[in-house]
Amino acid sequence: MPDFLLELFSEEIPARMQAKAADDLRRLVTDALVERGLTYEGAKAFATPRRLALVVGGLAARQPDRHEERKGPRVGAPEKALEGFLKAAGLASIDDAVVQSDPKGDFYVARIHKHGRATTEVIADVMPDIVRGFPWPKSMRWGSGSLRWVRPLHAIVATFAAPQEEAEVIRFEIDGIVSGDVTRGHRLHAPGEIRVKRFDDYVDSLQKAHVVLDAERRRDIIRADARTLAQAQNLELVEDAALIDEVAGLVEWPVVLMGSFEPEFLEVPDEAIRATIRANQKCFVLSDPATGRLANRFILTANLDAADGGAAVIHGNERVVRARLSDARFFWETDKKIRLEDRLEKLKSITFHEKLGTQYERVDRIARLAKELAPLVGADPQKAETAARLAKTDLVTEMVGEFPELQGLMGRYYAAAEGLDPEIAAAIEEHYKPQGPSDRVPTAPVSIAVALADKIDTLVGFWAIDEKPTGSKDPYALRRAALGVVRIVLENGLRLPILKILILALVNYIYQGYPDIDEQHFENLEFLNRIELIKNIQAAVTSEMRSPTIMQGAERFSLRKGGNALVNLIYFMADRLKVQLREQGARHDLVDAVFGSSAPSALEGEGKVRGDGGGSSGQGAAPTPEPSPQGGGESAPASGARQNDDLVLVVRRVEALAKLLATEDGENLLAGYKRAANILKAEEKKDGAGAFEGALDPALLSDPAEIALSGALDVAEPAAADAVAREDFAAATSALGALRPQVDAFFDQIMVNAPDPALRANRLKLLARLRRATRAVADFDRIAG
Amino acid sequence: MTYDPMAPENSFQGLILTLQRYWAEQGCVILQPYDMEVGAGTFHPATTLRALGPRPWKAAYVQPSRRPKDGRYGENPNRFQHYYQFQVILKPSPDNLQELYLDSLKAIGLDPTVHDVRFVEDDWESPTLGAWGLGWECWCDGMEVSQFTYFQQVAGVDCNPVSGELTYGLERLAMYIQGVDRGFDLNFNGRQGAEKITYGDVFRQAEQEYSRFNFEHADVELLKRHFRDAEQECQALLTAGDKDGRHEMAMPAYDQAIKASHAFNLLDARGVISVTERQSYILRVRELAKGCGAAWLKTEAGGAVAA
Repeated sequence: MPDFLLELFSEEIPARMQAKAADDLRRLVTDALVERGLTYEGAKAFATPRRLALVVGGLAARQPDRHEERKGPRVGAPEKALEGFLKAAGLASIDDAVVQSDPKGDFYVARIHKHGRATTEVIADVMPDIVRGFPWPKSMRWGSGSLRWVRPLHAIVATFAAPQEEAEVIRFEIDGIVSGDVTRGHRLHAPGEIRVKRFDDYVDSLQKAHVVLDAERRRDIIRADARTLAQAQNLELVEDAALIDEVAGLVEWPVVLMGSFEPEFLEVPDEAIRATIRANQKCFVLSDPATGRLANRFILTANLDAADGGAAVIHGNERVVRARLSDARFFWETDKKIRLEDRLEKLKSITFHEKLGTQYERVDRIARLAKELAPLVGADPQKAETAARLAKTDLVTEMVGEFPELQGLMGRYYAAAEGLDPEIAAAIEEHYKPQGPSDRVPTAPVSIAVALADKIDTLVGFWAIDEKPTGSKDPYALRRAALGVVRIVLENGLRLPILKILILALVNYIYQGYPDIDEQHFENLEFLNRIELIKNIQAAVTSEMRSPTIMQGAERFSLRKGGNALVNLIYFMADRLKVQLREQGARHDLVDAVFGSSAPSALEGEGKVRGDGGGSSGQGAAPTPEPSPQGGGESAPASGARQNDDLVLVVRRVEALAKLLATEDGENLLAGYKRAANILKAEEKKDGAGAFEGALDPALLSDPAEIALSGALDVAEPAAADAVAREDFAAATSALGALRPQVDAFFDQIMVNAPDPALRANRLKLLARLRRATRAVADFDRIAG
Repeated sequence: MTYDPMAPENSFQGLILTLQRYWAEQGCVILQPYDMEVGAGTFHPATTLRALGPRPWKAAYVQPSRRPKDGRYGENPNRFQHYYQFQVILKPSPDNLQELYLDSLKAIGLDPTVHDVRFVEDDWESPTLGAWGLGWECWCDGMEVSQFTYFQQVAGVDCNPVSGELTYGLERLAMYIQGVDRGFDLNFNGRQGAEKITYGDVFRQAEQEYSRFNFEHADVELLKRHFRDAEQECQALLTAGDKDGRHEMAMPAYDQAIKASHAFNLLDARGVISVTERQSYILRVRELAKGCGAAWLKTEAGGAVAA
């Protein structure tokens, strides 16, 4: 079986685009072949800075022949119909058709034999469209042509070769470029023409011409040689996978060299040195195991075997590194001359978002929120507030201006250099964390307070102006922020009344007088009645914040009905939580079931939660700003959002439910539940929703099985509710699991729809009670199976 | 071997002369700098306007470039508000443009067998000119020494044919070749001893004086007026020059767009332009540039056929 070799030779392809381009090429070509009936054994694509290559192995030499029959008009049909048939079937005369009879009569039938075309022809046919329509992220024209490619395309190799046979060139032309069997090697070392026949000699010829075709091999060479050079100096390479990928995309012939810089530059923090050398030079840094810090050496990757052994290349790179490091040292020294606190003023001139104010205002909000959060997470409120105030000040340092990726980290260094409290310094760095699903979550209390405050302030602000993420658009990384909140809460086991914290964050915006916040999104805080809301807001408003503006704002928000931005935000976080739990292997339906349950709210258990939390809130100085809405009378209608804003409880519930369902009792209980729920659904259609929610009449219970179930529910229902109130979800689920024998017996022995209407209604009430009892833990309707 | 003061490794002017000679040999017209204040060599009408329309064009020139905000009162040896670019434009871009570029490096003494030259992705965009292109920054041993761009659009007009543009950062390139670390230390005239003139000798005082002007003394109200005046004049010329499908004053109109752009740069350096204003100024200049580009296409050099 022959192989197809393709190479598209161009000017330098951006490193970041190469891997995907190789993949696209393989997909487009093989799809086009398969679509045309050509199968293959394997295909592999490659990319270097100057070429995309593809080998498709084990291709058929021709398309299979095809036979088809086309039914035509009836014998004796009008001339016009016959003509049309001949034309469509490609026949010269009606004599070429055969006549077939079926019950409807005699018809002409064309028997068409299509010879499969040679694969080379098919390839020549499909290639121009593939090249013209290639999905580059950005493409361009050049010279006087109209073809678009990532950079000018110069030559195309296309050969077709069966083992032991002469290779054949597949000819096609794209905008004046005619395919052939000629490529070129390394720009400097082998600029001449190279004739290639098939994949094997292609790879060999390129290797001889100083081109390593496979990016994986280039990466291996860079990594291995870098390690060897490092070891020779008793140093260790600081691994950097993304940088290796990029560098492998910048060279066809990697030659790894080592340079050095003056040890004085090591005064600059390691991360800044690394950022400087990496961003500007695409070089690797080395660490010294003896000191645990960076060494004054770096690894560069050249694209040639230099005639002088690399001396000029090293010398040149060292000069640039030196110049960059002196800039970095200059930034480091001058930045330290201004205290972080004195930089706050400068944040006033930086817009955070045109509708959400300046960075200064943002910091003010975060600081207030961090202070409120501190006691809930066991942090010192004063430290949390200070850390939050300083958290963004490094944005106006020279170093972060130059290397934005060092934000937070430089703040920490500068804070430490000023002699600030280590907890504050750490929080300045860690408040950005976690940056993504695999990033570390802060665990130090002050860091947690600031990290949560930062993210929640952002989320609430963007929800308030209705700039939520849509589809793939999430320009403010709000999904990441929400996932960050979820992970910080879960991984630290924090018991937080999230909804109330969101309200506090919103109050901060109102306090700053943000009339731009779109009121309509808050028109209907349905989940809180207005008394509760006013209480929350009043409690959140510390005396210094008490002002006509804020009171009006509170009034305004509480007098409307309808909208629900904050509830929406809670659901958004719940979605992040679901994703998170699913990734940890939890069943999706169980998460949904728990979110859909009507279990009591964590909000109502407020006072207790705080007591459990054992936070350091009793420090005396700060008045407790938290409300404790204990008067049960004013509680709002039930809502999943407000009941499930304690993420830790949600997770525990999911875990308990999963455990229950893993047992035979649980499985059977679920089956019984589903049966009950289905019967209820059907009967409620007749009698109306809620028809069976009332208390049953014990006097009407006659059959032992229904008496037993009722009795079991008398035990299980309060036991489950009680366990849930104690947050002992294992106990709650096992109380429900204990119902299984009675449920089974009930369905075995009882006819629910008894002829006596009173008896029927009573039995249905019994099933409704079972349904209610399970809701204490989860909405079993949402469980699959 | 005798010392040659005009060798590119010995003098700044030697570098310029070598590049001019090299590109002259490739058939370029060697132009002189445009006699107006511009932020980059691209603004020279020999690039901006000539990149538009069907007519072939090859030119090379040095362009003094002014970036008022980059002034450092002569205290930073490598950051100037006035510096030189060497600009090459070839239309249509030839197939061997990369080779021509590499040969030019060879001509100024960068031996390709010992230096590592790399083409690293860098797309170019000029919001004020309504222009963009794809290309690279060219690295020599890890240092960016040139910008290499295939123009796709200029003044809002698709380029057809496409021009290839090369921009050499002359100071940086000279520092590399002469082996000095500070721009002010560049040997300008290639002489040694008492006769030696450095880049600092020529420009340090200018950097100090212009920094004072750019940051402190440029009259803001006057500049705002200049901007409006240039804008109005440009629009007036664009209107007045448009006759029967042809245009008679595309170049004078474009001069006014350049003036407006420089007034904006100075205002920016004075720190009196807010973020939103900034965007609006850029858009206003772009509109002028677009008008000039459209007008240029109605001129003979812009490829319009005689009426």
